[in-house]
Order: sequence, then C-alpha cells, then structure tokens
Amino acid sequence: MIRTPLRPLARILPARARGENTDSIENENIRARHAEMQDRARQRAESRLLVMGVVFLCAYMTVGVRMGMLATSDASEPVASVGAATAIANQRADIVDRHGRILATNFETHSLYSNPQLLIDPERAAAELVAIFPDLDHEQLLRKFTGKLKFTWIKKKISPEQKQAVHDIGDPGLLFGPREMRLYPNGTLAAHILGGASFGKEDVDAAEVIGVAGVERQFDGYLRDPAHGNAPLTLSLDLTVQAAAERVLSGGMRIMNAKGAASILMDVYTGEILSAVSLPTFDPNNRPPAPKKNEEASESPLFNRTVLGVYELGSTFKIFTAAQAIDLGLVNAETIVDTSPPMRVGGRTIGEFRNKNYGKLSVSDLIVQSSNRGTGRLALQIGVQRHKAFLEALGMFDPTPFEVVEAQLGQPLYPKRWTDLSSVTISYGHGLSTTPMHLAAGYAAIANGGHYVSPTILKKDTPQLGPRVMSPGAAHAARRMLRAVVTSGTASMADVPGYAVGGKTGTADKPDKLRGGYYEDKVISTFAALFPAHDPRYVLIVTLDEPSENSGSQPRRTAGWTAAPIASEMIGRVAPLLGLRPSVEPARLPAITLTANN
Amino acid sequence: MTEMVYGAAPARDNEPILPKWWHTIDKLSVFCLLMLFAVGLLLGFAASPPLAERNNLPPFHYVQRQVLFGGVALIAMLLTSMMSPVLVRRLSVLGFLLAFAALALLPVFGTDFGKGAVRWYSLGFASVQPSEFLKPGFVVVAAWMMAANQQIHGPPGMAWSFALCMTIVSMLVLQPDFGQACLVLFGWGVMYFVAGAPITLLVGMAALVVLGGSLAYANSEHFARRIDGFLSPEVDPTTQLGYATNAIREGGVFGVGVGEGQVKWALPDAHTDFIIAVAAEEYGLVLVLVIIALYGVVVVRSLLRLIRERDPFVRLAGTGLACMFGVQAMINMGVAVRLLPAKGMTLPFVSYGGSSLIATGIAVGMLFAFTRTRPQGEIADLLRGRGR
Repeated sequence: MIRTPLRPLARILPARARGENTDSIENENIRARHAEMQDRARQRAESRLLVMGVVFLCAYMTVGVRMGMLATSDASEPVASVGAATAIANQRADIVDRHGRILATNFETHSLYSNPQLLIDPERAAAELVAIFPDLDHEQLLRKFTGKLKFTWIKKKISPEQKQAVHDIGDPGLLFGPREMRLYPNGTLAAHILGGASFGKEDVDAAEVIGVAGVERQFDGYLRDPAHGNAPLTLSLDLTVQAAAERVLSGGMRIMNAKGAASILMDVYTGEILSAVSLPTFDPNNRPPAPKKNEEASESPLFNRTVLGVYELGSTFKIFTAAQAIDLGLVNAETIVDTSPPMRVGGRTIGEFRNKNYGKLSVSDLIVQSSNRGTGRLALQIGVQRHKAFLEALGMFDPTPFEVVEAQLGQPLYPKRWTDLSSVTISYGHGLSTTPMHLAAGYAAIANGGHYVSPTILKKDTPQLGPRVMSPGAAHAARRMLRAVVTSGTASMADVPGYAVGGKTGTADKPDKLRGGYYEDKVISTFAALFPAHDPRYVLIVTLDEPSENSGSQPRRTAGWTAAPIASEMIGRVAPLLGLRPSVEPARLPAITLTANN
Repeated sequence: MTEMVYGAAPARDNEPILPKWWHTIDKLSVFCLLMLFAVGLLLGFAASPPLAERNNLPPFHYVQRQVLFGGVALIAMLLTSMMSPVLVRRLSVLGFLLAFAALALLPVFGTDFGKGAVRWYSLGFASVQPSEFLKPGFVVVAAWMMAANQQIHGPPGMAWSFALCMTIVSMLVLQPDFGQACLVLFGWGVMYFVAGAPITLLVGMAALVVLGGSLAYANSEHFARRIDGFLSPEVDPTTQLGYATNAIREGGVFGVGVGEGQVKWALPDAHTDFIIAVAAEEYGLVLVLVIIALYGVVVVRSLLRLIRERDPFVRLAGTGLACMFGVQAMINMGVAVRLLPAKGMTLPFVSYGGSSLIATGIAVGMLFAFTRTRPQGEIADLLRGRGR
C-alpha cells in the first residue's frame, strides 16, 4: 500500500527553506484532494443511486403484479376458518337451574344472504324482501343486487316463518345458511347472571356463538367445549325463587320510588346463590348496547348491582364489629358501653343518627339501637390491626370469587392509610365500600357459625365451609342480636311470622361524585337478613338505590322503612318455595284448645 | 458560445424566478404529483361519505377539507420548489428545530384522540402531527451533516446525524409510532448508503434490523398481533386486511363502478390507510396500476436526476426525500395486497389528511427544488481536463 502524506512535504520543505509562505501550497493540495475525493464519492453515489432506482422500480412492479393477481382471482364467500367450515363447533351447552330447568339453550335458525349474480329478477326480489323485512332499505338493497357484488349478507338471523316467506319468492340468488342462536326462554329472568351471547366468526355455513357477559362469558370455554358431550352447565339458581324475588323486588322498588334495587339470596353452608336480582334489568335475547363513554355505567340496565355496585353499606357492618369484639373476649352481649357524647377521634366528632344520645347501652342494645359511637368504641378496643385482619378474612378487601365475569371488577374501596378514625367509621359501615355480594358472604359467616363461605353460582351438593373467622359462640351471640333488631329494633317491619327473621338495617348517604361529599337526600338503604334466626339456612340482602317512602308527612328513606318491608315480603314468598316450614308458636295461643281435624 | 457547444444548463443568474423555475423543474414529476392529487380527490368522493355519515356531517365534508388542505399543500409545494437549495436548507433547519421541539413537548401538550398513542396536537379545527413535519426537516439536516463529513477538516457529521436519527427514532418509538420511526430510520439508512456506507456495515445493519424486529415482536403485543396476522396463510375476512383483499377481488380489472363499492362502509380507515382498496374496488386494477405508475415515475425519475447532481448535500437530501416518499407509498400499497404486515401508513397525496398533506406537499416541494436542473460544473471539468 502506498501512503500519500497528508501534506505535500516535498514541496513545503524546500519552500520553507527558501523562506516563502507555505499556505498557498497547502491550500492547493487540499483543493486537489477535495476534488479527487468528490469525484470518487460521486462515482460511488451514481452507482448506488442507480441501485436504489432499480430497487424501487422492482418493488413497485411487485406491488402491481400482486395487485393484478388479486384482482383477477375470484371473490369468495367469507370462510371463517381455515379449511373445512365444520371447524366451527356449533353445539353450545345449555345452562340450567339447580332443578334442571332451562335457562339458556340454542335455537336452530337461518341466515339469509344473496349472490346477486344469480338473481333472476333483482327488482322483484328487493321489493318482496322489503315486504318481509320492513327494516331493510329498498334503495340500498337494489343497489347491492344490481351491482357487481358476488356476495352480500341480507339478514343474519331469520325465523322459520320468514325463511318460508323468502323461500316463496323463489329466486335462486337468495340463499340460506344454517345458524344457531342463543335463546333465553325466560326473558329477563336472571338476565344479569346469564349475561348474553353474540356471534363471533361467521360464514355462510355456520356462526360461532360466543358469550359476551355474565356466566356465558365466564364459562365460555366450557360451554363451547365439545368434550363435555353437551352436558348442561348447572347453576345454583332456583328459577322459581328467582322469579318470586324479581317480582317482589320490582314491586318494592316502584313503591319505594327507588331508581335501582338488588337482592341476593345465599345458602349459608354451600355458598350457593339461589337468586340474584339487579334492577332495572334487560332481556338477554336482545341485549341493549353498552353504555357510551360519557354515560354513567351504573345507570345502564346492563349494570349488575349485586357484584358491581360498590357502595358504603352503612350500619349493616356494625354486627361485624360487635361479633369480633365478642370473639376476642373484649366484651359479651351484656357488657355496658358508654355511647354518650362527645366522642372525638382523629380530630373528627362522631355523631349519631338525628343526634340522638342513647346513654349507656349493652352491646346487644347498641346493635338494636344502631349506635355509631357504641360500635366506634368497640372498634377502638379491637384496634386497627385486628380490625383490618378480621375484615380481610371476611373477604371485604378483594373482589368476590363469584363466578360471574363482572364480579372480578367489583373491587371494594378501603382507605390506603388505615387510622383509628378509619376503624371507627368503618365499624359502622362508612369509609369501606363493598358490593352486596361481599355483605352476603360476611353475613353467611355469622349465620353458619363462623366459617367464611365463597359465594358461588354453581350447584354444590355438600357444605363448602371455608376457614373459620370467628368462634361459634361469637356467631351465636351475633345472631341473637340480629334477631333482637327485628323483634325490638329498627327492623321491626322485616318480621315474618314463623320464620324468625334476624337482620340489620343500613342507610348510607350516597357520595356526590360531582361536588364531593355526600348528598343530603340520596341514600343507599340496605337490609341484610338471615332466617330462621335460631338455625339460619339463608342470607338475604336487599338494597335500594335512592329510595323514598312518601306515605307520611315527610319522605322516609331509612332502611327500616324501605328495604326491610321488601325483605319481609320476599322471605314470606320464597321461604315456602325453599321448603322451609314456619315454626308455629303455641305459647301465644294459650286459650285455644287444639283438636284433631276430623 | 461554450455553453451552446457543450449543452450546459441554460441557467442565467439574473433570470426572473418563474421562467427559470419553469425550464429547470422536472415537469413530468410535477405533472404526476398533480395527477396523484386529482386521484386522491376522486377517491375522496368515493371513500369519505361513510365517514361523514358516521360523524353526522354533510356527505362531502371531507372532500371539501381535502380540497382546502390540498390547495394549501400544492401552493406550499410550488413555493418550496422555487427556492434555491441553500434557502431550502436554511428554512428546513429552522423548521426541523421547531418540529423537534414540538415532538419533544408532545407528552406534555399532545393528545392521543383515544387511539392509545400521543402523536398529535389538537388545534380545534385540525390536528397536527409534528413527526410529519419533522421527517423532511430531518432529511435535510442529516444530509447537511453527512455532506460536511466529506469535507477535509470537516466535522464528524456522519456520527452526528446518526445520533440525531437515533434520538428521533427513540422518541417516536416511545409514543409509540413504529411506522414513522421506521420511515426516519429508512431515510437515514438510504442517505448513508448513497453517501458511501461500507458494505460490511450495511450487512451488519440489516442484521440489527432483524434483531430489533424480533425483539419488538417478542415484547410488544400490538406489534406481534399484526405480524401473526400477516404470517397466517389465510386471511380472516372480518379483519381490515380481509375486507381489503376482498375489495380488490370484487373490483377485478375494471371495478364495480363509481359509488358501487362496499368496502368503504366496512373499513374505518377506508379514507386513509386503505384508500387503495377503495380505488381497486370501484375503479379496478386499471386505476391502481396508474397510481403505482405515478408514484414510480416520481421516485425513479427523481433518483435518476440526482445521479447527475454533483453537490453532495443536494444529492443526499434529494435521495432521502424521494425514498421516504416512495417507500411510504409502497408500504401502504404493500399492506393492502398483503406483501407487507399491517402497518398504518397513509398513501402520500392521495389519502385524506389535513396537516400530513401539507407536510407531504412541503417535502415534495423540497425534492423538486433539489432535482431542478442546475449547472454541474461540467465546463470547469473540461477546462481543467478532468472531463469524463
């Protein structure tokens, strides 16, 4: 390799020796090298630019050729799956209630499509189709039929009568494809549990039915899996009980002028949900569109209040505080607690409903009278750590494991920083927001003698008791208090003769999302019941959104006036359906001689 | 006399701007560009009424906007093409700095229009995507740096331009906007190639692109889904690609006829990313081939004219602009015919778009300014005895 020196030393050195300025020699040298370098760069760039041009030319030609190949190939009817169309498994399993009664099934129907090139008389076909399906647009149909289209859908689902009518048009360009649709024969019944289904992939030979919400979505894989041999999915729901509950709740909601309502009936040993109602409701056969972004999701009929309605549930939580205090041995049901004012915690004054002063009350009486300060004092005795741990054991901090897909989104809201004040307010149900389903699981633990039970929508044959959260004694004491609330406390309207209802009312002010703080005149009123109180089998939660009972001189909104009577009516209606016998109370009738009926 | 004999460029320094522009500009390319714009309007009449209907606007609302923005874009293009390369360079550097600042401030003031990537500024009547304006500016700045690199005692422009390129690419990837990032990277790569990249490095770069692609495939679900959709042999008819493919088939050679197409009702992006499918369905293969030919002529002719260019800066900047323009069109059409994986990219000058149309207009105007016939020092060569 011959190296060229950077400076033309051969000329510079003699020039320097002569005492001349060497700058001009260097500049000339640089200019010469520059010119040479640019020439080289230009030649290289020329060939590379040529390469680029050829590459672009080839690329464009490829696109053009490919376009030509596509354009000259035949348009095809849509094929949903690779290869055989039978790849769409058409049999979706039925869903039945606990007694095997159908909740969701499939219905053979047809889709209607057209191959306009095969139409003999497009104008007549269009006119007759519009006569059969008035919602079709004649102009648009005619345009499709007389254009160059080779395939077009007309209707995705038609009834057998409509199919016959289309058949009678007698045009060979009108074609039918078999198709299954999901049918909910009970209409709106259990709509929020079932959810709904729609079509996924579709072609002319079949369409895939996929679950979009509720159980249909949660168990979508199971329902579609042919391996189960079409065994139906058996839910824990009881259709009869569900129907009665919906009937009573919708009537009650109207009477109490509420804008929404929910109820849950749960078996306290198995965790089975026998009925779950959320109102307003919808028809899963004709599912309304999802709420738009700017609309409040909880206003939509699709909103499942039982698992998504996260609200402060008020005084219904007091029983948990009392049960824990007894469980820890801090108090017993007769221990006297001072509920008189003032009570200041963390700089806030704790008040009572209508600023009452109950004075000194026993633990049992403070539940019966629903004293905020009383439960608050119990919570302070329990302490923050133990209080938190107990509520966590009752599942109050996580979404419920309920197998309806929306339940995963029902995340309770609780304070990140849990202070003494948090414990006090949460002891009477403020500061912790949960769904009615959480509350049902909590009351089930009291009802079954102290075990946590996960609510489930699947039928179970044996008790599903979870870990113990309180002693049987504490649970027993709590049940006696709940019964006392009904016999002599705020929930006297909830009693059903013979069924020994026990329960606790809760009236919580609704938070004002726009302005912060709480509404003065909007409440969530809740009644949490268990029956029969001496040996509870079921827990019932009834909750009303913004109720107002207007028969008196002033509107009454408390749960004792609104939710409790509805719960009473519901228990009176469903308990016989569940096979519970009313216990006759002979002590009340000493003067009557019972004789044999002959 | 010498000029007459050797046919040098008939440019006279004190000639008025317009006549000088007219006999030095590449008239065929300008004609093709105007044709493309006309085709875009024609397709806008076909493709945008469904969108207008969805947004409750008069049917030709978007065509009117296209005419408005297109008019501005054409004027911008013509004005830019009248400038001298030096003026273009100066203005571009300024524009580049502005656009770069705008891009950097996107996370603060930008909006994502609910599409998951913060790429736009909302101005009320229109939205502006700074990366559209950044691209031509970047090409010029990078070309300037690379040209400076070829000076003896010049700055290390190549390294600078590479660092700049990487900064911009990483900013775009963070948005995320992989499409624009690829375009910028491609533009820089082409310029580097023409500026004399060593062959070994080119091979290494190709390997790097493959590596980066597979990394993106492994880590970005968005990206992976698109690639999977592309690699699967059968096209799912309910996807955008499925509709596009079917539309091209329905169209055949001569199309189903004006206004008869169906694909525009099914595809949300019929007026932008899949406008070629609308063209294929309504006007058939004929119009599509014409569109391809128009793009081909603009790009290839520009590249061929740049071969004669001696100024390294003009050569590089022109190459970058022409290739970016060409490759964007090619990717858009390649996606529609499933030669390339789905990537949202507009068809320059044809797709509907406000600010992007103007940005494309400016970029093409710059390209035309660079491809104008100029004296290339042939006489000086001859005089110095270095003629070829």
